[in-house]
Amino acid sequence: MIDNSAPMPVPAPPATGQTRREAIILGLFALAGAALTSGCSSDKADLDEYLQKHFKDLSGDELKKVLARMEKKYSEQYGKPVTVSATPPLEGVLFGYALDLSRCIGCRRCVYGCVEENNQSRNPQTHWITVLEMDKEEGVNLENSNAYYDHETVPAPGKFYMPVACQHCENPPCVKVCPVGATWKEKDGIVVIDYNWCIGCRNCIAACPYGARRFNWGTPHIPADELNPVTEYLGNRPRQRGVVEKCSWCIQRTRKGLYPKCVEVCPVGARKFGNLLDPDSEIRYIIENKRVYILKEELNTQPKFFYYYGL
Amino acid sequence: MQRMRLIRLAVAGASATLLLAVACRPVQDASPRYGKAAGAAVAEEKGAPKAASKAAPKADTGVAGKAGAPIAKVAATTAALYPVAPPPFSDGVFPCSQCHSPGDKVNRTPHPVEFHEDIVLHHDEKNRWCLDCHDAQNRDKLHLADGRLIDFTESYRLCGQCHGPTLRNWKAGEHGKRTGSWSGTKQYLLCASCHSPHSPHFKPLQPKRPPLRQEAIK
Repeated sequence: MIDNSAPMPVPAPPATGQTRREAIILGLFALAGAALTSGCSSDKADLDEYLQKHFKDLSGDELKKVLARMEKKYSEQYGKPVTVSATPPLEGVLFGYALDLSRCIGCRRCVYGCVEENNQSRNPQTHWITVLEMDKEEGVNLENSNAYYDHETVPAPGKFYMPVACQHCENPPCVKVCPVGATWKEKDGIVVIDYNWCIGCRNCIAACPYGARRFNWGTPHIPADELNPVTEYLGNRPRQRGVVEKCSWCIQRTRKGLYPKCVEVCPVGARKFGNLLDPDSEIRYIIENKRVYILKEELNTQPKFFYYYGL
Repeated sequence: MQRMRLIRLAVAGASATLLLAVACRPVQDASPRYGKAAGAAVAEEKGAPKAASKAAPKADTGVAGKAGAPIAKVAATTAALYPVAPPPFSDGVFPCSQCHSPGDKVNRTPHPVEFHEDIVLHHDEKNRWCLDCHDAQNRDKLHLADGRLIDFTESYRLCGQCHGPTLRNWKAGEHGKRTGSWSGTKQYLLCASCHSPHSPHFKPLQPKRPPLRQEAIK
């Protein structure tokens, strides 16, 4: 068993990794030279991007340069100023989430609120949240759930709804299987992805028992006027083709003290978010006073996403 | 002599009662654990000077005597504890005193109201009607079961008289929608913002479009 409480070892062992990297650098020198002499400056940025280190290995200065490079790239691409920040986790904070199944009416406001906030591809379509419809009579049975329901109004009689997204496990299987360490759990409990380090092997998608991860099969397309320009390196910055993405609990909002977008748009107040380490938080009130349960408890993934019946 | 003794006894008795009352108070106030709730109970009393003069028979009125703050001040305190969105009035109906004046003769027997025909009461309508919540004399206020007036911005106190556990959960942040900051100032909504007080059942919504099926994504 790999101990996942420790930070993932970054696959750059001094001996082999260095030589490989050096080889690549050497090999590309000729290319870079050619590009520079031909006067094409964007190739320089491409090369920097290609040679960029793992997020956790970046020094302060290097990180600043990376963020500046990305801001320039996205601002040019979308024709408006885009900010990319790398907000560190807050001290003494472990995030938790609760969702009241007795209140959710399956209106999918959260799905599309999330798409807009987190710059998910409109075409091909990517949704981080899946809302499952199930029979009240049968209870929670994921195998007989339907994500494609299309009613005039919701809730439909005899049905209940269970939105599912990344459960931000304390023991995340997706992190275990990533061969390059491109996904890891942050100190505040958020499981993040470095889109620039992901190689697109999709092992994490196979490992996630909640179906929470999405792969960019095609080049993501977002209309420029719909792009949310406030972005985070490990969160909602525009992704490229061939990388995996998923819910980050709106890292660009929550690390600044705001509620995630899905909490803000939920018309019935079924979604609750807060600091598990703060005994006065609403999330702690729910865990201590309501009968909460987690999905697929038997897998020992230890999600920090709690479902409960509030009524 | 006998008289002195009696007086002394009476004084002792009275102070004992007072002490008891003060000692009992924290029980009612004991929920500050989940934040903000502390002040709510304090807000419950006040007003009625006659209650204050009754020498504190119950925890309820015990402290009210010495505080004796005017209602307006109390309302302000509670409002600060639970920053709520403005009450969802229909256009142009508030203040109600535009049409209703305090001197109006009021028929207090439940009867159909012709003017407000758009209001259909589906909220225990067999047992309740307008003036159980709206005040007959001061139409710009609501009143609690014991007659104390409250503002529309504090209507959750009125709702909580019947829906106690819901009010408790609302104060703790479990019931109802919160926006703003998980670590700082939270914006609360009044009960009436989601549940029309006259027919409180949450109305069905039109869902947003379903996700594309896998085979439709190219």
